[in-house]
Amino acid sequence: MSATKTHLVEKLKGGLDAPICLTWELTYACNLECVHCLSSSGRRDPRELTTDEAKAVLDELHDLQVFYINIGGGEPMIRRDFFELLEYSIARGIGVKFSTNGAFIDAEKARRLAAMEYLDIQISLDGTDAVTNDAVRGEGSYDMAIRAMNHLRDAGFGEFKISVVVTRHNVDQFDEFKALADSFGAQLRITRLRPSGRGADSWHDLHPTQAQQRQIYDWLLANGDNVLTGDSFFHLNALGEEPLPGLNMCGAGRVVCLIDPIGDVYACPFVIHDEFKAGSVRDEGGFAQVWKHSDLFTELREPQSAGACSSCGSYDACQGGCMAAKFFVGIPLDGPDPECIYGHGEAAMLAASAGDRPRPMMDHSKPVRVNAPARVPVTIGRR
Amino acid sequence: MNADIASNALLEQRLALHPQVALRPEPFGALAYHYGNRKLIFLKHPDVVRVVQALADHDTLADTLRACDIDPARWSSFERALTALTESEMLHERHQDPPG
Repeated sequence: MSATKTHLVEKLKGGLDAPICLTWELTYACNLECVHCLSSSGRRDPRELTTDEAKAVLDELHDLQVFYINIGGGEPMIRRDFFELLEYSIARGIGVKFSTNGAFIDAEKARRLAAMEYLDIQISLDGTDAVTNDAVRGEGSYDMAIRAMNHLRDAGFGEFKISVVVTRHNVDQFDEFKALADSFGAQLRITRLRPSGRGADSWHDLHPTQAQQRQIYDWLLANGDNVLTGDSFFHLNALGEEPLPGLNMCGAGRVVCLIDPIGDVYACPFVIHDEFKAGSVRDEGGFAQVWKHSDLFTELREPQSAGACSSCGSYDACQGGCMAAKFFVGIPLDGPDPECIYGHGEAAMLAASAGDRPRPMMDHSKPVRVNAPARVPVTIGRR
Repeated sequence: MNADIASNALLEQRLALHPQVALRPEPFGALAYHYGNRKLIFLKHPDVVRVVQALADHDTLADTLRACDIDPARWSSFERALTALTESEMLHERHQDPPG
């Protein structure tokens, strides 16, 4: 990494006046129930921010000069005021990228979306065939995504994104994902699976194997300049001389944060848990107060200890990995990443008993119906 | 093209912030965001921010650097920083006279 870039990373660790990457989950309601959903979405929360409250948050983000936001859910298009909020945000000079499973993008909506400026769309897809994808995202979700992509292409939307969460079952499909994205004139985005939300249970069976980590690193190094990653693979940087493209740091509470559907502000999208809740946009002072002055964010912007990793020569390369990934498998925050390339994470997970694993909070999963067909053909084991 | 010629040319150029670019002050300098091409660039020194903001008030980049009291010994680093900003289309060439 160049000296200037290292210098910049050090400054970014001290926090910014406003986030660069703000994710806003608009609703916990979702038509799907993916096994790795980081917000355990399914049912709408009755405390959801109203249209007026959401617009007030957008006014605040405008004043803070937040350039763009990432909208997600749940399925954000389920909200009746979805287009109203989208248009309001863009009119306030806040660009929007929203993540969707595509269920609600028909030909008419695709044309409406194509007519808007400063808008990016990210279609979630976790397999290049229905079997691989639907095992994680639910039956029919592959066809749903492809249908939406066809509508966007036919409407002339331009370059949308195809967003893939890496599992051990789709690592071998990276080239096919790239070809699929190219065929739609879309950009590929590949991000790391975290043990957050419902992922707390499914992660242990779905996360890439140790051998596959090398495969991911090599592929991203070869293709990384044209593929977005949310800078989420920096825990693999010690695998080679060359770091992966992007910022090599955890942005939580420093350049990144999450606003959840009821207005609670968390350090990042992968830590919906009281320990990482900094406040609420409904509190006095609103979002700006939370971002600038909350105890949690202040603490996260202070120099962090390398802890158990301080004697490892690779700490500068991997920065100890992802805070959220450690937290939900019961590893101390200054311990190794569960997917540490040297296998230290495996040992740390074994040292932490299952009882040490914090349970995700804010579970909005749909109640399990008696006699209902199995949601997904994936074995969800608890180790 | 020879790099020296290119940078000399930049000094004589009449530059301005692209109308689709927003600058946000930060402790280290500023963030520049281009709403058109969606690029985000870090301006890593407050003096670079000062110069970029003053461009439209002066004829050429050289005039701006002088007006902002930038030591000539540092001009080459400013040229490099502003070349990068030109390449990412954060800055563009003005064609009209500066206002006033």
